[in-house]
Amino acid sequence: MSGISLHRIGALALRYLYLIRRSWIRIVELAYWPTVQMILWGFITQYLAGHSDLLNQTAGLLLSGVLLWDILFRSQLGLSVVFFEELHARNLAQLFVSPLRPIELILALMSISLVRTLIGVGIAVLLAIPFYGFNLFALGLPLIGFFVTLLFMGWAIGLLVAALVLRHGMGAESIAWAAIFALAPLCGIYYPIATLPTWLQPLSWALPASYVFEGMRAVLLDHTFRQDYLFYALLLNAGYLGLGIQIFLTTVHQARARGSLLQSGE
Amino acid sequence: MTETPVIQVEDLRKHYGTVRAVDGISFMVTRNATCALLGGNGAGKTTTIAMLLGLLLPTSGQIRILGEEMPRYQQRMLPRMNFSSPYVDLPQRLTVAENLTVYARLYGVRRVRERLTTLGQELDIAAFFQRPYGSLSAGQKTRVVLAKALLNEPEVLLLDEPTASLDPDTADRMRSILTDYQRRSGATLLLASHNMSEVERLCDQVIMLRNGSIVATGAPHELIHRYGRKDMEEVFLDIARGIQSGEVVE
Repeated sequence: MSGISLHRIGALALRYLYLIRRSWIRIVELAYWPTVQMILWGFITQYLAGHSDLLNQTAGLLLSGVLLWDILFRSQLGLSVVFFEELHARNLAQLFVSPLRPIELILALMSISLVRTLIGVGIAVLLAIPFYGFNLFALGLPLIGFFVTLLFMGWAIGLLVAALVLRHGMGAESIAWAAIFALAPLCGIYYPIATLPTWLQPLSWALPASYVFEGMRAVLLDHTFRQDYLFYALLLNAGYLGLGIQIFLTTVHQARARGSLLQSGE
Repeated sequence: MTETPVIQVEDLRKHYGTVRAVDGISFMVTRNATCALLGGNGAGKTTTIAMLLGLLLPTSGQIRILGEEMPRYQQRMLPRMNFSSPYVDLPQRLTVAENLTVYARLYGVRRVRERLTTLGQELDIAAFFQRPYGSLSAGQKTRVVLAKALLNEPEVLLLDEPTASLDPDTADRMRSILTDYQRRSGATLLLASHNMSEVERLCDQVIMLRNGSIVATGAPHELIHRYGRKDMEEVFLDIARGIQSGEVVE
């Protein structure tokens, strides 16, 4: 049995890069919401900084939260939406009769999600420097761990959403935009997990993103890097990502059994 | 010595609950042969092709392509096969050249640029290489999808209505291209078509399907003789209407 081919993954990634390369509107679209969010929360931070001792000490708390949250959101959306493009284009059957393996499709989707996230959030991160004198890179090396953790969690959710749409059709597409927001209150983006009701906290600690945002506050407020948080987050992500991949592959297998790959897009 | 079949299907079935889309068909196609799957709408042609490609899992039965069991070894077989259907699209916003480049790379084609140039000339699509696929007419799209199907110079080519949406002149050119390709490569072609003159011209074997079962097989001239008709069009109508060979119809 032949192994995973980087050549085929690259070929499919090229298909998406062609689209991005040709259209500057797509690049603007990628960076639009992260930038708007950053600007909005930048002003809120400036206003609150004058009224809150905590924010006065660490003005980057809210902006770091919003930019890190966008990494999670964009990576999930980047994977799901690119998969939907195949469904809209009715191209899925062509892909699945080519030598491309389903796992290679997943890896290509992840690659392009990474590129889309770097472009979208990267532009907002860079603009925050001149706009508010805020530099996310000041988080230092922990930022790499935060980024990877959020990326993996976004991919896991993105794969689940893609599987759901493959199973139930494009009618379920809106879930791609809404799914992750159901988790937002639990992740502790703008407040510590301890703020949540006690009964809700175990659920929050089951999410890798919660460790990132707690870890972010530890860096900004206590100037410590909680390696244990990163470890738990990566452990949870290994489980969720494995589950997401397995569910997607099983859904593809079921679609082959039902014959829905031929009718996809309708 | 009998030749090893390139496509071998035994007791193949695809059931969706009580619906028997394909119901126990067996056939084989040898190397360098062109075989037509014929039948009315819902006869099981597309379902059969989808199972041969591994796009659809059979309920039961066995498929062997180039001696390998499908879909078990489809990853080994798919680089040696290809498929064209006017009903399965390519990404609309990519240009023709971009689409073909992506698929050439997926199929592991070595000299992509050269291959595209050759196909562009053969299928007369070079003029719109830089146009988005979505902006093409139905006939132009059919030619591009056929170009995609020939990218990897497949040993087994499965075609679902290869000349649908084409004007008679272009359709005739496409048939010539397919015939030339087969002569040059020795490829095996299996096509589903509703164009009976195309079948008579291209195919040396016909499999007639009705309600998921094979109701007649043979060379076009044999079937015409067996049904006492003047062409395949009439044979097709007889079979679609459930008339047995040799029956006299007023």
